[in-house]
Amino acid sequence: MDKILVGVKRVVDYNVRIRVKPDNTGVVTDGVKMSVNPFDEIAIEEALRLREAGKASEVVVVSIGNAECQQQLRTGLAMGADRAIHVESAAEIDSLAAARAFKAVIEREGADLVILGKQAIDDDCNQTGQMLAALWERPQATFASKLEIDGTTARVTREIDAGLETIEVDLPAVVTTDLRLNEPRYVKLPDIMKAKKKPLEVIAIDELGIELEPQVQAQRWDTPPARGKGTMVGSVDELISALKSKGLVS
Amino acid sequence: MTSVLIIAELDGNQLNPSTAKCVTCAAELGADSIDVLILAEDCTAAAGAAAELAGVTRVRTVTAPHNATPLAAVFAPQVVALAADYGYVLAPSTTFGKDLLPRVAAILGVGQVSDIMSVLGPRTFTRPVYAGNAILTVEVPAGKTIVGTVRTASWRDAPTGGNAPVEPAEVTAELPTHTRYIGLAGQSSERPDLQSAKTVISGGRGVGSAENFELVFQLADKIGAGVGASRAAVDAGYVPNDMQVGQTGKIIAPELYVAIGISGAIQHLTGIKDAGTIVAINKDPEAPIFEIADYGLVGDLFEIVPELEQKLG
Ligand SMILES: Cc1cc2nc3c(=O)[nH]c(=O)nc-3n(C[C@H](O)[C@H](O)[C@H](O)COP(=O)(O)OP(=O)(O)OC[C@H]3O[C@@H](n4cnc5c(N)ncnc54)[C@H](O)[C@@H]3O)c2cc1C
Ligand SMILES: Nc1ncnc2c1ncn2[C@@H]1O[C@H](COP(=O)(O)O)[C@@H](O)[C@H]1O
Repeated sequence: MDKILVGVKRVVDYNVRIRVKPDNTGVVTDGVKMSVNPFDEIAIEEALRLREAGKASEVVVVSIGNAECQQQLRTGLAMGADRAIHVESAAEIDSLAAARAFKAVIEREGADLVILGKQAIDDDCNQTGQMLAALWERPQATFASKLEIDGTTARVTREIDAGLETIEVDLPAVVTTDLRLNEPRYVKLPDIMKAKKKPLEVIAIDELGIELEPQVQAQRWDTPPARGKGTMVGSVDELISALKSKGLVS
Repeated sequence: MTSVLIIAELDGNQLNPSTAKCVTCAAELGADSIDVLILAEDCTAAAGAAAELAGVTRVRTVTAPHNATPLAAVFAPQVVALAADYGYVLAPSTTFGKDLLPRVAAILGVGQVSDIMSVLGPRTFTRPVYAGNAILTVEVPAGKTIVGTVRTASWRDAPTGGNAPVEPAEVTAELPTHTRYIGLAGQSSERPDLQSAKTVISGGRGVGSAENFELVFQLADKIGAGVGASRAAVDAGYVPNDMQVGQTGKIIAPELYVAIGISGAIQHLTGIKDAGTIVAINKDPEAPIFEIADYGLVGDLFEIVPELEQKLG
């Protein structure tokens, strides 16, 4: 396999307590820690392991967003990716536009395998990989917890509601990662220095000639209703009688 | 005229309960008709069950050997071939619908509304973002097919009592051979299904081992509950992946949820926020799970769980 493209989305770190802006136009991101989407970190790790196993020769990380997402691309490079492509877009784009952008990058670059996260933990859409596979008219293997490449095919174990499903797909294909695919490596300081010298190409999204108009328009953000504060019980007997009085146990 | 097409999910040849939730969501769209589409090798049982759901106008079936397993790459072109007649295409927000529907949307050249929680208008919906820490209102512009997955925990089952006609659908679509089904390692269990059980008992890292998880199973069996787990418990290999509850596992809404040895990370809580009553058992009085629990009990689960089991049922 020649080339693996990996999606890297810049998102609010998973440990941050999310607050909706008082004017309901989004969530607070000022001064908030931003990170590589955790599923994308897993995607980078998987691509690197394939390269290290001699199954691929190049790993290219791709991010679509404003200038700041170059920080996350640098993290990918520090983990070990060979090059980065930043598709610069000042405006927020939706999953369909992201899929179209990936397709356009594939047309320029070529790719034998594209690994994306199963979902971005900001929009929680879980769409981009499937949409890209459709536009590219190639197989999709979503929610992967195991990936084995054998020549021109991939065997993928998928975490689905009923258990673990295995499918086989012809390459090129799109794979989306689930949490148990691997444990991403830690970035070491010298690697961060080295990453600064690795190539990072910037492409303006308008250059890709794709439709960008959001298909699903975000209107307002609200804080979800809080669950009422509960009570602490002092013993198993007290718990059982509380549940009995609500008719929840017999 | 607007009409809705719901893609049914099957377990083997049986209708998955999530389809009945999609029917309830569809009924709020004010559409003129609601059709349910069944793709299977043998549609009989599922079509019969779908026809009984109140509110369903018609059940359409595509019976074919290549529909024996739900490969998105194979299902999507068939759905697209039928979608032109509809204003809405819906599927449950289960791994089945999440895998299939974005592929359908992209072929149609439209976006997808993921995890519909509520319908505010014919083209306006709410959906959770940031692991349920914010609720986003979205609108789909006029003139486009609306493709959406339905967050099953937000919707009731449509009642039975309907009697819709079942009709085979003619589908002409080119089907790819680049994706092949190999097999499913399922953990077929006698216990109630996690996503439809009235009571769910979950264990976390605090349970400590696969052997200790027997305590959780015993308590569940005593009261007829389904069993779930936190990600940490699954990662540690105590239980299989299909038991994970949370942002990236199953989103559930049982009447009673009991969290045992689970700290209450936001990614876990987002999976249980719609539960009727939440009980937390944890030895750490500061555990965040107590902030959302209706009843909290501080103590050692290895004493509390056996005592509960003995005194219940
Ligand atoms: C992108 C992403 C997605 C995620 N998705 C999910 C998801 O879908 N679902 C999910 O659950 N997590 C998810 N997580 C992980 C989540 O952040 C937490 O790490 C996880 O939920 C912790 O599981 P836990 O509560 O079992 O373990 P811990 O946080 O380790 O808590 C164990 C608890 O057990 C208690 N305990 C220990 N011993 C005893 C005892 N003897 N008696 C009583 N109590 C005891 C401790 O006090 C502690 O509170 C996700 C994380 C990320 C980054
Ligand atoms: N703007 C983006 N830049 C890079 N990758 C993206 C972007 N949007 C989506 N992706 C990829 O698509 C995956 C799923 O995103 P989503 O469909 O938004 O949940 C992410 O985990 C990324 O791998």
